[in-house]
Amino acid sequence: MTQSVVVQVGQCGNQIGCCFWDLALREHAAVNQKGIYDEAISSFFRNVDTRVAGDGGSISRGKICSLKARAVLIDMEEGVVNEILQGPLRDVFDSKQLITDISGSGNNWAVGHKVFGRLYQEQILEKLRKSAEHCDCLQCFFVIHSMGGGTGSGLGTFLLKVLEDEFPEVYRFVTSVYPSSEDDVITSPYNSILAMKELNEHADCVLPIDNQSLFDIISKIDLVVNSRKLDTTVKPKSLVTSSVGALKKQHKKPFDAMNNIVANLLLNLTSSARFEGSLNMDLNEISMNLVPFPQLHYLVSSLTPLYTLADVNIPPRRLDQMFSDAFSKDYQLIRADPKHNLYLACALMVRGNVQISDLRRNIERLKPSLKFVSWNQEGWKTSLCSVPPVGHSHSLLALANNTCVKPTFMELKGRFMRLYKKKAHLHHYLQVEGMEESCFTEAVSSLSALIQEYNQLEATESVPVPDLPRLSVA
Amino acid sequence: MSIVTVQLGQCGNQIGFEVFDTLFSDSHSSQGLCSKRENEAYRASCKERFFSEEENGVPIARAVLVDMEPKVINQTLSKAARSGRWKYGQHAYFCQKQGSGNNWAYGYSVHGPKHKESILDLIQKEVEKCDSLSGFFIIMSMAGGTGSGIGAFVTQNLQDQYSNSLKMNQIIWPYRTGEVIVQNYNSILTLSHLYRSSDALLVHENDAVHKICAKLMKIRQISFSDMNQVLAHQLGSVFQPTYSAEGSPHYRRNPLGIDWQVRPPLSGLPPLGKMPFNKELHFNTSIANLVILRGKDVQSADLDGFKDPALYTSWLKPVDAFNVWKTQRAFSKYEKSATLVSNSQFLVKPLDMIVGKAWNMFASKAYIHQYTKFGIEEEDFLDSFTLLEQVVASYCNL
Repeated sequence: MTQSVVVQVGQCGNQIGCCFWDLALREHAAVNQKGIYDEAISSFFRNVDTRVAGDGGSISRGKICSLKARAVLIDMEEGVVNEILQGPLRDVFDSKQLITDISGSGNNWAVGHKVFGRLYQEQILEKLRKSAEHCDCLQCFFVIHSMGGGTGSGLGTFLLKVLEDEFPEVYRFVTSVYPSSEDDVITSPYNSILAMKELNEHADCVLPIDNQSLFDIISKIDLVVNSRKLDTTVKPKSLVTSSVGALKKQHKKPFDAMNNIVANLLLNLTSSARFEGSLNMDLNEISMNLVPFPQLHYLVSSLTPLYTLADVNIPPRRLDQMFSDAFSKDYQLIRADPKHNLYLACALMVRGNVQISDLRRNIERLKPSLKFVSWNQEGWKTSLCSVPPVGHSHSLLALANNTCVKPTFMELKGRFMRLYKKKAHLHHYLQVEGMEESCFTEAVSSLSALIQEYNQLEATESVPVPDLPRLSVA
Repeated sequence: MSIVTVQLGQCGNQIGFEVFDTLFSDSHSSQGLCSKRENEAYRASCKERFFSEEENGVPIARAVLVDMEPKVINQTLSKAARSGRWKYGQHAYFCQKQGSGNNWAYGYSVHGPKHKESILDLIQKEVEKCDSLSGFFIIMSMAGGTGSGIGAFVTQNLQDQYSNSLKMNQIIWPYRTGEVIVQNYNSILTLSHLYRSSDALLVHENDAVHKICAKLMKIRQISFSDMNQVLAHQLGSVFQPTYSAEGSPHYRRNPLGIDWQVRPPLSGLPPLGKMPFNKELHFNTSIANLVILRGKDVQSADLDGFKDPALYTSWLKPVDAFNVWKTQRAFSKYEKSATLVSNSQFLVKPLDMIVGKAWNMFASKAYIHQYTKFGIEEEDFLDSFTLLEQVVASYCNL
C-alpha cells in the first residue's frame, strides 16, 4: 500500500488540514478497533515511539504507540499553526514539520510566491524530503490552500513547482478554495489568476471548492437539524459537517463546519485506496481516468449524504436517492451546472453496503439526463469500498470532469480584468522583486488558453460528427 | 496432468479464489451419483490437476497470485486459509505496493519488465511441482491495468519460456457502460497482444454474467462475489475431470487440450461477400463446439442438434468441428449438467463494439498522453486496431 503526504499552506489550508486530521483519526479509530498499526493507517500516519530520542523511532507494525500525521504545515503567520499546536491535536503533528514566519503575506500572491518562496525554498525542500523518507512508497502529495489570499495562494503554488521538480513521479492533488464574488479581499482576483497559472502547469488534479457552496450546504443541514419536529433528529456523528467523536471539542468557529465538508471529501477520495472493497480504486486511477488531456484536470466534486437520520423507525432514504443527490447542485462543493454542460468523464466512488447491481442500475437511470462528450459516451469510472464513513451505512463521492467549470473561470477572469484595467493595487505586486507586468499577462493568457480548450470541446460537440471510418483491412 | 493457474490483478485473484473453492467443493462432494471408486478416481484426478499435497494434508492450490498492490492478495490468501480445507502456497504470490493505475502501458512496459524475473520464478516453482504439466490457465480482466497489461506481458513470456505447453487465458470483458473509462484502450491492447501469444481466449462478459444473476438466479442485490461464483461454476464444469476417450475409465483428458486454433483450408475458401444461399441465418456460425455432459443419463443424451451443418462454416464438417466429453460423475450437486464451449461468431458484435469505441476515442487523442508517458506510442495502438479489425473480418467471413 502507498502513503500520501498532506501539505497545508496558509490560514485556510491549515484550518482545513486540521479538520482533516481530526476526522481521519476518528475514521481509523472506528475501523481499527484493536489498535494495531496497519497498512490503512500507515497511508496517512506514522507510528512512532516517542520515548526514543531524536527523530522518534518509527515502528512499522504492532500496536499503535503514537501516531504522527504525514503532514507539512506551512504558514507565514503564526496564529493558526500555534493554535493547532496548543490544541488537542498537538501530539499528532511532528513539531519539526512546520514552517512559519510572523509577518504574513498581506494577501499578496507576489509576497507569498516570490519573497517567501525564495526565503524558505531550502527549508521546504528539507521538510518534504524528510516526510518522503518516512514513506515506504510515497504515491501522492495533497496540497490544501486557498486561492484568494497571499500565503496559500502564492507560497502554496510555489510549492507545486518544487514538488514537480523534486518528486516527479509523485502525484500532486490540489484542493483549492476559490474566492466567491463577495470575497472581502479586494485583490483576490489577482491572487487567484496568478495562482491558476501554476495550477494549470504543475498540478496533476485540482478539486476547486468555493465557500458559498459550503455555506449553502451548511444552511441546508441547519434547516433539517433545527426543525423542531421530533422525528427528524439527525445522528450527530453522521453530519458531514461534524466532528463529534473527534479529538477537537465542539467549537464555535464559523468555518469549522465548512472545513469538515472538505475534510470529508479528502477522506472519501482516499477511502478505496486505504480500505478493502470489491472494486478498488487507487489514487493513480483518478488521474488516469478523469484527465483526458493534461490541461483539463479540474474536477467538480459532490458528496452525499450530508447526514443520516437517527430515528430507526423512518425508513432510510433509498439508496437510489443517494445517486440522484450526487447529481444535484445542492450537494456540490463548487457552484457550477454540470447537467447543462458537457461531461468529459465522471467517477463514482461508493462506500459501504452497496453492490455492483445498485451501481449499474443507477448509472443506467441517470445517464439519459447527462450529456457526455461523443468520444466518451460511457465515460464512467466506478469504485466500491466496503468500509462506510463514520455514522453512515453508505456514501457516494462523485467527481466530474465537466465543462461547467468554464463559466466559473470566466467569471474570475472578468473580476480580474475589472481590477487590472484600472491598474488598481498593482503597485503592491510590482514592487516585489521578481514581479513584472508580464507575470500578469502570462497568467491571463494561461487562463484564456484553458478556457479556449473547453470551448473547442464544446464546439466539436455541437456539430454532428459523422461516424469515423474504421480501418479497412484486406 | 497438472494445470498451473496464474491469477492477475483484483479481478483475476477474486475469481481465482472462487474457482479453486468450487473445484475443491465439487471434488469432495458426496453427491456424485456414481460409485465410490468412480468418485475417488474423480477426486484424485481433480486433486492432481489443481492441487499439490501438503504435509498436514491441506491441499495447496497450484497457483501463483500476482497483483501490484497488496489489499486483494492479502484478502484472497486469508480467505483460503480460513476455510481450512485448502489454501494457497505460503510464498506463491508476488505483490507490490503501488497499483498499475488502470494503465495498460504501466502494467506492460513498467511493471512487467521490472518484475519479470520474480514472477516467472514463482511460476517455474509451481511447474516443478507438477509431475506432468498440461499447461497454464491465466485469469485476468482486460479493463484495468495489472490484469490486462501484466497479463499480456506474462503470457508472452510464458510463450517464450514454455513454448510446448498450452496457455489458456480466461478474460473478463467489462460492463459496456463503463467500469473504467479507458477500458476500451486497455481491451484492444490486451486482446491484440494475447492474440499473438495465447493458445485460447476464454471470454466472460460482465454484462452476460450479470444477466444470469438477475434473470436466471433472481438475485436482487448482485455483488461481484455472486458473479464470481457463477463464473467459477461455469469454469469448474469445463475443467473438472472427464473421460479421456469414449468408454475409457480414466480421467486423463487434458482440459486445455482442444486445438482451438482452427485454420481455414488454403484452397476452397468461398470468395468474400458471397453468402451461400442454403444457410439459414439463425445461428452464429461456429468453427468449433465442445459439449461437456455430466451426471445422469449422459450416454443417452441426444446431441444430433450439434451436428447440423448449418451451425458450422462451409469449409468445416461437423464431425471435425464438434466434440463431446461425457462423465457420469455429477458436478456440483446438479443431477445433470451440460456445458457448451464455443468458438463462433458470438463475440463478433461485442468485439466490434469495443474496437469501435476505442477507435472513436483514439481519433480524439483523449488519454493518449497517459500511455505515451510509459512507452506505448500511437503506432502501437494502430497495430492493435489493425490486428483486431482482421480478427473481426475473419470471423464475419465464416
